[in-house]
Amino acid sequence: MKQKKTLLTLIAILILFVFVFIADQTLDSYKMRILNLCAIYVILGLSMNLINGFTGLFSLGHAGFMAVGAYTTAILTMPDIVKTQNFFMTPMMKPLDTLHVPFFLALLAGGILAGVVGYLIGAPALRLRGDYLAIATLGFAEIIRVVFTNTQSITNGALGLKGIPVSTNIWWTFGLALVTVLIIGSLINSSYGRAFKAIREDEIAAESMGINLFKHKVIAFTIGAFFAGIGGGLLGSLLGTIDPLMFRFFLTFNVLLIIILGGMGSITGTIISAIIITIGGEALRFLDESMTIGSLVIPGISGMRMVVFSALLMIVVIFFNHGIMGTKEFTWDGLFAKFAKKPLAKGGNKQ
Amino acid sequence: MLKIENLSVAYGGIEALKGISLEVEEGKIVTLVGANGAGKSTMLRSIVGLVKPKAGSITYQGKNLFAVKRHDLVKNGIALVPEGRRVFPDMTVLENLKIGAFTRKDHQEIKADLEWIYTLFPRLKEREWQAAGTLSGGEQQMLAVGRALMSRPKLLMMDEPSLGLAPLIIKDIFNIIRKIHSQGMTILLIEQNANAALHLADVGYVIETGRITLKGTGKELLDNEDVKKAYLGESVVAKK
Repeated sequence: MKQKKTLLTLIAILILFVFVFIADQTLDSYKMRILNLCAIYVILGLSMNLINGFTGLFSLGHAGFMAVGAYTTAILTMPDIVKTQNFFMTPMMKPLDTLHVPFFLALLAGGILAGVVGYLIGAPALRLRGDYLAIATLGFAEIIRVVFTNTQSITNGALGLKGIPVSTNIWWTFGLALVTVLIIGSLINSSYGRAFKAIREDEIAAESMGINLFKHKVIAFTIGAFFAGIGGGLLGSLLGTIDPLMFRFFLTFNVLLIIILGGMGSITGTIISAIIITIGGEALRFLDESMTIGSLVIPGISGMRMVVFSALLMIVVIFFNHGIMGTKEFTWDGLFAKFAKKPLAKGGNKQ
Repeated sequence: MLKIENLSVAYGGIEALKGISLEVEEGKIVTLVGANGAGKSTMLRSIVGLVKPKAGSITYQGKNLFAVKRHDLVKNGIALVPEGRRVFPDMTVLENLKIGAFTRKDHQEIKADLEWIYTLFPRLKEREWQAAGTLSGGEQQMLAVGRALMSRPKLLMMDEPSLGLAPLIIKDIFNIIRKIHSQGMTILLIEQNANAALHLADVGYVIETGRITLKGTGKELLDNEDVKKAYLGESVVAKK
């Protein structure tokens, strides 16, 4: 049975790669960008779900970690000539202006630096709980943004960075999304994952089981920040240009929307809703443009499609307050049971 | 094994414990009975380090317990069945039990202990894949006890295991406590249900408004006139 499931997983991964290959060959650049964004939002959603969904820490600092990852990756991959073009107000700081490394290393550095920042923020802020933690992390994310706006010789301040080499392609985004799913999935199923969930359910009981609350919260927060940094780095090098205004609360809200819609504490739910939200966001673009219905002309209001998402979020929160998947996961066992129309061998819920 | 000397705890200006001394000897069931607000839970909270005492000492196997961090208590062999059960509601019964063995790394032994828990509580085996929040109150209490036992404690502390349970279930729970004790576990039992607790206990303490007023074997206390009046009610004893 176990071998069968491993085989099925491998086949699913193979199908994914065949799909990526075909998409790479046939789709136009607009559709490719949407697919890339889907995979990036899968990474971002999973990293935030680890913190908010699995460990139950209500953190709103995601945009800050993404900014760290995006800037690090961008600075480490931009060629010298582009750097001098960008930094016409104040020249770039000394070792950075000629420093560059391959894309993967830059991405990794972005993730690690975001992780370090996550640790430095988490260590003091994780003593807070609930809403207070949300406010503190939101504040720290804004601090990161303001610092980036003012460190002219490192980040080029409010002017932002332009001409970042576009190294992100569909192989990178889907490959890294897959790696993220595998890493976070195995983390959740390890004894660390059980400890995270125990902390989410009842801190006092968790502590009396011998779980070091602070240590496990910081671990979850730091790993979440690391993957947020990777996601940010991919995003920056997909768009080719970044500036501090990109990393406002709105970005955090987008990711939060994904995990609430998908289910706080579900990996497969996050994947499904990341794809729905990203594709939906593009598909609903017609709402932003002016429309003619018969003789009626409705002028375009930009941001109209976000209203749809807000309404969707409200409906989810009121009527399906566990999101698409809740804390459940899609599993092969669940699928077999569905086909066999028999209860699971283990008993319990159908998943 | 566990020795509490002259423990005083104050919440703000109000003294909840006024110099309590209590000893738990190895292999015994020690019970602390008392009414609401007598200071039972405060004492337990100071053992696990949730409140800071004003004065006094708690030593466990010769070690000062104030110096031990809360999450290291389990490693030192102290397990707590918290008041109100506090099982992890969205996790399965099995996951709850596995969390109990969180500090242990000996996987073979953990498996054997899991079987042991299932023989103690066959009901948990039936519910293995069910979310703990969907269990009945009695089953949750069994799970809380089982979870605490999964850490293989030397000392098991139970805070009001009979709270909110039907009399029949209480009887089951106390039978299981007796069974665990007969397998060599030291137990500190904190209870409002004095009758049941004293029948079980080797040593009993009666606590009243922050002071220990009586100490004796379970039987002595059951026969004590004051205890009868205050905690047992004459009618209950008259039936015996």
